[in-house]
Amino acid sequence: MSLGKLLAAGVFATIGLSMNPASASVLDTVKERGVLHCGTDNTAPGFGYLNTKTGQLEGLDVDFCKAVAAAVLGDATKVKFVTVTDKSRFDAVLTNQVDVVFAHTTLKPARESAISVDFLPINFYDGTGIMVKSEIGVKSLDELDGATFCTTQGSVTETVLASAFKAKGWTTSKVLTYENLEKLFAALGSGRCDAMSTDKSALAAWAGNSPNPSDYVILPDTLDKSPFAGFVVANDSKWRNALRWITYGLFQAEESGVTMAKLDELMKSDDPFFQKLLGVNGGFGKDFGLPDDFIQQAVRAVGNYGEIYERNLGPDTTMYLERKGTPNALWTEGGAIYSPLWN
Amino acid sequence: MTVQQQTGPQPRFDLKASAWSRRKKRIKHDLLQIAIIVAMVGILIAFALAVRNGLARHGISFSFDYLWQAAGFDISEGKTFSWSGSLPNLTDFTAADSNAQALITGLFNTIKVAVLGIIFSTILGVMLGVGRLSTNWLVRQISFGVIEFVRNTPLLIQLVFWYFAVVLQFPPLAAAAKLYGGFIISQQGTYLPWPVLAEGATIPSAVAASVGIALVFTALFVSAKLRILALVAAFAALALAIGLGFPFVLDYPVANRFRASGGIAISPEMAALLLAIVVNSASYIAEIVRGAIEAVNRGQWEAAAALGLNRRDTLSDIILPQVFRVVLPSLGNQYINLSKNTALGIAIGFPELFNIYGTIANQTGRTLEGIVIVMVAYLLLSWIISAVVNFANSRLAMGTSR
Repeated sequence: MSLGKLLAAGVFATIGLSMNPASASVLDTVKERGVLHCGTDNTAPGFGYLNTKTGQLEGLDVDFCKAVAAAVLGDATKVKFVTVTDKSRFDAVLTNQVDVVFAHTTLKPARESAISVDFLPINFYDGTGIMVKSEIGVKSLDELDGATFCTTQGSVTETVLASAFKAKGWTTSKVLTYENLEKLFAALGSGRCDAMSTDKSALAAWAGNSPNPSDYVILPDTLDKSPFAGFVVANDSKWRNALRWITYGLFQAEESGVTMAKLDELMKSDDPFFQKLLGVNGGFGKDFGLPDDFIQQAVRAVGNYGEIYERNLGPDTTMYLERKGTPNALWTEGGAIYSPLWN
Repeated sequence: MTVQQQTGPQPRFDLKASAWSRRKKRIKHDLLQIAIIVAMVGILIAFALAVRNGLARHGISFSFDYLWQAAGFDISEGKTFSWSGSLPNLTDFTAADSNAQALITGLFNTIKVAVLGIIFSTILGVMLGVGRLSTNWLVRQISFGVIEFVRNTPLLIQLVFWYFAVVLQFPPLAAAAKLYGGFIISQQGTYLPWPVLAEGATIPSAVAASVGIALVFTALFVSAKLRILALVAAFAALALAIGLGFPFVLDYPVANRFRASGGIAISPEMAALLLAIVVNSASYIAEIVRGAIEAVNRGQWEAAAALGLNRRDTLSDIILPQVFRVVLPSLGNQYINLSKNTALGIAIGFPELFNIYGTIANQTGRTLEGIVIVMVAYLLLSWIISAVVNFANSRLAMGTSR
C-alpha cells in the first residue's frame, strides 16, 4: 500500500523487463517454466470467484485460464492463479507478473493505446447496469436524480456514470468508488450507496449470492456496452496469436458440437475436419508453437465455450444470465460469438 | 596539531612522515567519497535509462499532456481551482474539468483531512498522555487501554472498522432527520447547522458581530483580568450587532430524498478517515507527551506544590509549557506520518490524492507520470509540515537552555 514500495516495485520491474532479451515470447517463457501465471479476480462470481464452500476458484475467466494451460502445457492444473484487482491488472501484465489476464476487463481504446496491452477476442458481452435495494422502491434510472452511485476504482463505469449524469443534466448525483466489489456491495447493503453500478453480470452475481436476493433490484436500464476480453502484454504477437486461436478454438468447438462427452467419439471420426481440429491427424498447433492437439486438450479440460458458459453462468448457477437472444449466443443463433474458419 | 612539541625531546615518530601519511589518508578518504558519489549518480542514470528503455520497448511515451485533457469522471467531494476570468477560484469539480484539476481536488481533500487530523490528534493526544498520568485510576486505565489497543493494531484495519462498523451503522437519512433535530447524523453523512449571512445583512453589523465573536474566543486564552475586559467588549460588540440587525442566521440542514442540503456536511468517508487517523496518531502523541512529562524534573512538581499550586494548575502552567518545547520535533514526525497516512483513504473510497491518481492512471494509462506527481506532492506536503514545526520549534526554544 505504501507509495515507496509501489515505486520500488515499479522501478525494479521495469529494470527487470528491460533486461529481458527482446525476442523472447511469453509463450516460450511459459513452456520453459511449465506453469501458466494467470491473472483473475477472486471477488466476481461467475467470472473469477473464490468459492468459500469448496475453497476453489471458479468462473468463466478461471476456466479460460485452465483452457490456456491445457492447450499450451497439456495439463489444466498447471496454472498459478494470481489475484488482480481492477487497478492492478494492467501493471500485472506489463511487469510480467502474470502471462495473461482474464478478469472481466472491458475492451476500450485507451487500454490498447496508452496502457499498451493487446486484447484477445471478446469472450463475454456485458453492459453497465444499476442495482438498488428493493426497499427504496426505485423502478428506473430516472428516479435516481441526486442519488449516490457507487462503483469500483479504475473501472470504465466511473466515466460511464459521469457521461450519463451529464446527458441527463443531473448535477447533484455523486459517485463513490471502492477498491473492490466486496466493499462496494457492503456499502450498498449498509445504505451508504443508493445505487451500485457495474457490469450487469457482476450485479446479478452479487445479488444472487447474497442471503436474500430479493432485497436487490437490477434496473432495466443499460448505461453502456461492456465487452469483456482477456489481454496480454503488447507487441508479442506469437503469444497473442496462440491465445487468440485457443479462444476461437473454444468457440469453434461449440459450433462444431465438440463437447467433453463427445470428444473421444469425435476423435475416432474419419472426418478430416475433426481429425485436424482435434490434432488426431495433422493439426493447427505447430506453427503457433502449440501442440497440435491443443483444442482437444482445452476441451477435455473445461469443455467448449457453451459448456464453460453453462457451468458458470447457466440456469443451475446462483447468478443465471440468460444467453439466448444476447450477443453471448453463437453467431448461428443470432449472437456475436463467432470464430473465424478453421481450414 | 602537534607542532608546539618541536622544542621538546625528539618525538618517537617522524613528524614529516606522519603528516604525509595523514594527507594520504585524507586523499584516500576524499577519493572514496567521490567514488561513492560517482557510483550513486551512475546507478541513478542507469535506473533512468532502464526505465526509459523499458517504456520505449512497450511503446509507452512519457508525457504530461494528459493533465490538460478532460477527466471524464466525477469526484464525490472536494474543491478545485478553476479560472473564471483571470483569477483562480475554488469551485466544485465536474467531469468536464481537466485531469490536473482532478489531482488538485485530491490534494485539497488530502490537505483538508491532514490539517483537521493534526489539530484533533494533538488535542486528543495531549488529553490521553496526561490521562495516562492521572491520579484518577479509571482515567489512567482507560487512557492506557486506548493507547495500547490502538498502537498494537494496524491502521488500515482500524480504518475499515471505523467505516463499516461505526460510521455506516448510523441510521439512514430519513430516520436520522427526525431523531436529532438540527443535527443530522446519518450513514449518508453528518450535517451540522452552520452560520451564514442573513438576508439583508449590513456590513457594519457583520463586522460588529465578527469582532464580538472573535473577542469571546480571545477571552478563553488570556489572563483573568484581560478576560473580563474582553468579555465586556464582546458583549458591547454583540449588542451593537443586534441593534443593527443581527447579520448571521443558522442554516439548518434539511433532509431530501437522497441527501440533506444546507448546513455543513461531512461525508461518511471523511468522518471515518478522520476518526481513524486522529485516534491512531493521538495514541502515539500521547506516549510522546507522557514521556516528556515524566522527563520533567520532579523538583518542578515539588516546587509548584510548595508554592501552593494545585495539580491542575501545575500541569497547565508549569509542566505542559516545558513539555511542548521538548516534544515539538517528535510531534512533527507524527504530523508527517499522519499526513501520509491519509493515503489509506483509498481503502474506503475517500477521494484523496492517491485515490484520484489511481482513477486517472486507470483511465489514461499514465501510471509513471502520475506517481511522480503524487510523490512530489506528498514530499512537498511533508516538507511544509516540517518547516512549520521547525519554525515553531525555533521560536519556542528561544531563550531556554536545554
